Amino acid sequence: MRMDYQLAERWIAPRSHILDLGCGNGELLAHLQQQLGVSGYGIEIDEHKINEAIGKGLSIVEQDLNDGLERFADDSFDTVVMARALQAVKNPDELLLDMLRVGREAVITFPNFAHWQNRIHLGLKGMMPVSEALPYEWYNTPNIHLCTFKDFEQLCAKHDIRIINRFAVSDSEKGYAPLMSTLVRQAPNLLADVAIYRVTKA
Amino acid sequence: MSVRSDTNNTSTNHSSTDNDFEASSNEQRQKSAKGPKGSVGLITPKTMHFSEPLTLECNRTLPSFDLVYETYGTLNADKSNAILICHALSGSHHAAGYYNEDDKKAGWWDNMIGPNKAINTNQFYVVCVNNIGSCFGSTGPTTVNPESDDGQVYGPDFPLITIKDWVKTQAMLSDRLGIDIWHAIVGGSMGGMQAMQWSVDYPDRLKRCVVIACTPKLSAQNIAFNEVARQSILSDPDFMDGRYLQAGTYPKRGLILARMVGHITYLTDDAMKAKFGRDLKSGKFMYGYDVEFQVESYLRYQGERFSKNFDANTYLLMTKALDYFDPTRGYQAQIEQQALSDNEDKQQSIDQVIADAEQEVKEAAVVEGSIELNDLKTAFAHAQCQYLIVSFTTDWRFAPERSQEIVDALMATGKPVSYTNIDAPHGHDSFLFDIPRYMGAIKGFLTAPFISDHNTTDKQQPNQLTGARS
Repeated sequence: MRMDYQLAERWIAPRSHILDLGCGNGELLAHLQQQLGVSGYGIEIDEHKINEAIGKGLSIVEQDLNDGLERFADDSFDTVVMARALQAVKNPDELLLDMLRVGREAVITFPNFAHWQNRIHLGLKGMMPVSEALPYEWYNTPNIHLCTFKDFEQLCAKHDIRIINRFAVSDSEKGYAPLMSTLVRQAPNLLADVAIYRVTKA
Repeated sequence: MSVRSDTNNTSTNHSSTDNDFEASSNEQRQKSAKGPKGSVGLITPKTMHFSEPLTLECNRTLPSFDLVYETYGTLNADKSNAILICHALSGSHHAAGYYNEDDKKAGWWDNMIGPNKAINTNQFYVVCVNNIGSCFGSTGPTTVNPESDDGQVYGPDFPLITIKDWVKTQAMLSDRLGIDIWHAIVGGSMGGMQAMQWSVDYPDRLKRCVVIACTPKLSAQNIAFNEVARQSILSDPDFMDGRYLQAGTYPKRGLILARMVGHITYLTDDAMKAKFGRDLKSGKFMYGYDVEFQVESYLRYQGERFSKNFDANTYLLMTKALDYFDPTRGYQAQIEQQALSDNEDKQQSIDQVIADAEQEVKEAAVVEGSIELNDLKTAFAHAQCQYLIVSFTTDWRFAPERSQEIVDALMATGKPVSYTNIDAPHGHDSFLFDIPRYMGAIKGFLTAPFISDHNTTDKQQPNQLTGARS
């Protein structure tokens, strides 16, 4: 279970109705259904992951997130979750607003482009970063809209989106705890490689 | 049975006896079969006779009727592993296996149903029923009309049947088989309509509903193609007002034309291009109207083969059942009223088919474009099963968008639904092909646990209405 999944779980109410955008093989959705008794749907586009998730007994709907959430009515969900997909869509700002149209709250995780390792790659080596959170080369990455914590918060401010909670984690944090987690909290934009935000309409 | 049907190797021996549950004898046959690997082996169809009158949606009554069906696999002790297969327009009860050692042609869905296949007969007990109005053994236009003085077949006097009627008869068969709740009901195209209608009409009798290459209702264009097919048959002089069998003939040319136009809608431009291109049969232009292009040869061959195996009155009836399909019917006061007045002065005879179809095309054009999401939501409101909706990217007869209408209505009512749009080049026909991703989705869905079953905090799932704000 990924760290950002475990954290996302904290912000989702038991028995609520949720939408998981880019649900992959349904790991998070299955966990939430079993632990919290939530209902809801996962949206995914990868055919292998869709079949894997269907085989878990989940409700999975094939759709390209770039087509937006037009098919869902306003306020259809308690929480809309999107784990590590924001940076891969064509219009992250529009999708973010759409998430808060169809859901009361949104829980979003994304890789932090300002992580120190990325800064070293770009600043010292002069090359596009490749890391655990960003495992692709520049020419084959699906991550076309990478951002930092600061960038994301600026976008939220621009669109009157209120940040209820935020959390920064490092994928490699487990090895360094507890010192590392203290440091990550001190300087998340530098030390955390994954951000988790819980947002709502202001 | 008609003379022609008797020569058809997919038709059944029309036994008049009540064949009760014959699973054990059938199993023995299956075990002794030397059929190809992965097949259910040799199969013998069964007949269930219903002596009670059946009142149909058109308000006409059949005094009695037979249903011919096949079963594969073994029903478990608590009868919880039964899967019902619903067939499409030209299909039959013969979905899998072979009839004898020399039988070269397996059932129409043999790549889907069998040991360790997507619908695994080692795990599930699979039932496929021939629908009434068909020409493969169940009571239909080629059956002797018990109310006829001189033992004539029903022919054009057979009442028009709806998807809802079929589902009703399938439920009657379920009662006889002692199957209260189906593990799943599965169908493609017109079969998908039956599966969907089941979930609306008998919500507590199925746990899973698989709707493949389907639509919530026919579009004006769909109805228009059906009308061309009907007109081909109706305008053939050999149709003889539907009493062709008595005259010792049948509307061969009409059936061929009907099948040709239908067949075109099942394929795609790309698939035809790949298969035939502009290839000429003799390599050069003949400057005449005989078969020149390979595609013409193929269509004529398919049409001719079909005309020998299929009854014209059945074809007319089946296309009307498609046109009439509307799962929201009866679940909306407004629609119900219209349905009643529609039925009042209709004789539902073949004579009226032309007028009806023309009227329907006009009506459909008016509503075209509006998704009628609300009507669908109302129809699905009481559904209790989990759904799997499957479409195919190149299907233009029932395009993916039509399947997505079903998905959207189900999601809007909080029903458990999965949807996958399979990339396949074969158009509408794709649902009959062995496509790994397609088979994988079906298999996964049929064998997946209900997550809510493990969930002690909420036993009402998955059928609760979980509108977030409700």
